[in-house]
Amino acid sequence: MGSLAMRIAPDKVMGLEEAVSRFVPDGAHLSLGGFTCNRNPMAAVYEIIRQRKKNLHLYAHSNGQGVDELVGAGCVARIEIAYAGTGRFAPTCIRFRKAVESGGIHFEDYSNYQMTLRFLAGAMGVPFLPTRSGLGTDILARWGFSEPMRAADPRLPKKKLVVLENPFGDWAETERVVLVPAIRPDVTLLHVQKASPDGTCRIAGLAFADVEQARAARHVLVTCEELVGPEDLRDEPERNQIPGVVVDAVVHVPYGAYPTACYRYYDYDPVFLSEYRTAATDEGRWAEYLERWVFGMPAHAARIAAVGPERLSAIQADPRTGYATGLKR
Amino acid sequence: MEYTRRELMTLAAARKIRDGEIVFCGTGISMLAAMAAKHIYAPNCVIIFETGAVDSRLEEIPMAVGDPRVMYGASSCTGLADAFALMQNPTTGRHVVGILGAAQIDRFGNLNSTAIGEYLHPKVRFSGSGGACDVASFVDRTILFMQHERRKFVNRVDYLTSPGWLDGADGRRRAGLPGGGPEAVITDLAVMAFDPESREMFLEAWYPGGSPQEVLAHMEFSVDVSRARELEPPTARELGILREVVDPQRLILG
Repeated sequence: MGSLAMRIAPDKVMGLEEAVSRFVPDGAHLSLGGFTCNRNPMAAVYEIIRQRKKNLHLYAHSNGQGVDELVGAGCVARIEIAYAGTGRFAPTCIRFRKAVESGGIHFEDYSNYQMTLRFLAGAMGVPFLPTRSGLGTDILARWGFSEPMRAADPRLPKKKLVVLENPFGDWAETERVVLVPAIRPDVTLLHVQKASPDGTCRIAGLAFADVEQARAARHVLVTCEELVGPEDLRDEPERNQIPGVVVDAVVHVPYGAYPTACYRYYDYDPVFLSEYRTAATDEGRWAEYLERWVFGMPAHAARIAAVGPERLSAIQADPRTGYATGLKR
Repeated sequence: MEYTRRELMTLAAARKIRDGEIVFCGTGISMLAAMAAKHIYAPNCVIIFETGAVDSRLEEIPMAVGDPRVMYGASSCTGLADAFALMQNPTTGRHVVGILGAAQIDRFGNLNSTAIGEYLHPKVRFSGSGGACDVASFVDRTILFMQHERRKFVNRVDYLTSPGWLDGADGRRRAGLPGGGPEAVITDLAVMAFDPESREMFLEAWYPGGSPQEVLAHMEFSVDVSRARELEPPTARELGILREVVDPQRLILG
């Protein structure tokens, strides 16, 4: 398979079309970096939709915009999720909500910390991790995936969550814990501020659960605002979060998180997100949206050009704050 | 002085936050309440977000906890794993007050933010837990925001997303949950509290111009109103800071 050799290659730079077609096959188990309206790997999401990928299994904590577009485009068969919302623009992600209410998707609910720990367990190579979150709730009691469905798929754990009496007695004043099963995505997609050709990543600001998601995955596809030279991130390695050895593909995509925010580069675009909300609400308009903004634009650069200089200028990050100070929201 | 219900709700919640507490915020009005508390009553409270920002200065109101605005002037910015550990860890967790909202609540403050109807075939689907279940599980006290409607104050939540006092009295302890639980519910009609023994909801205060009867008419279950009083209206100082400093663009105040 040669995946290890590739992971230690000095140059993993490739085009987005190639990266997605290589690492995101139909039926892939997928996780997206970012959080709600921030640093979603949107260019990669649009490329997945454009390549009409099917039957994806998505793992999400609160990934927001990227999840909603993938679900809305019909790429997702199953989703394990803690939260589907994009702030004020969509308190509940609209296409996700429609998919659940119409029975168009299999889904199972977790909390954000449970999902984070599930990625961390995958990253650590252990089958599960404990937490005290969820005792007494329906997140424990209600499964989204049935026992037969789990039994039929070796990539699903046999159980959702398991309660364990503290095997150390009353150590740490804890009677019992909830065990959350590890996640090993086939591929994690991230958008970061800076990457070098070997996959070394430097994330500015909140990393959300990107690092755990990257380390848990069998393959990692990174898009970046800036592709820097092989030595440029080596002088201050303490500022890097993801080492090249866990990354398979590096793609240079300026505005790769647009219309979500990329701290210290640009803000989310309130105009796009408002228009998205309108489009997502109506089946006809939704089809037009996909045609115009996704299928009609093979390259992310075309999308960004279509947004136009005026709106791009409005969302440019202020060097003092890292976002577009005073942006009309 | 004229004021809106939303302004009074924000201030009613903010008045409950103690100086020096760590305030966990979600989106919307809970963020506004935390900022109002910091600017008016509790200058040393520390605002944290599940996304990993600790002690944010919040020069502008974030529209989501993932908004880059939560990072401004923060003491540290890491990620979800750290933020939730800080709440699960009793050393820091016992100083955290969580502010949460939901679509449904029952008499013991259990919350539903997942679905109305049957879970697998819901009539209405909501966002889901996010970090709400985690916060409600870990921290010492929570303040809850609700719209006061009969279909929201229900005998039984359709899906128990975030634990309140579970089945009351020592229900949390029996389930193995640490910490305390819900302390107040701030609605557009009233402030509700929970009995220290039974952990059942009761009416603490109704809003000026309202009445206990009005509050009860907007609930599926009944609560004790014998301890209730009329809430103090907002002062000019409270309203001034809320309008001029906290949300001058009225992004959340509306």
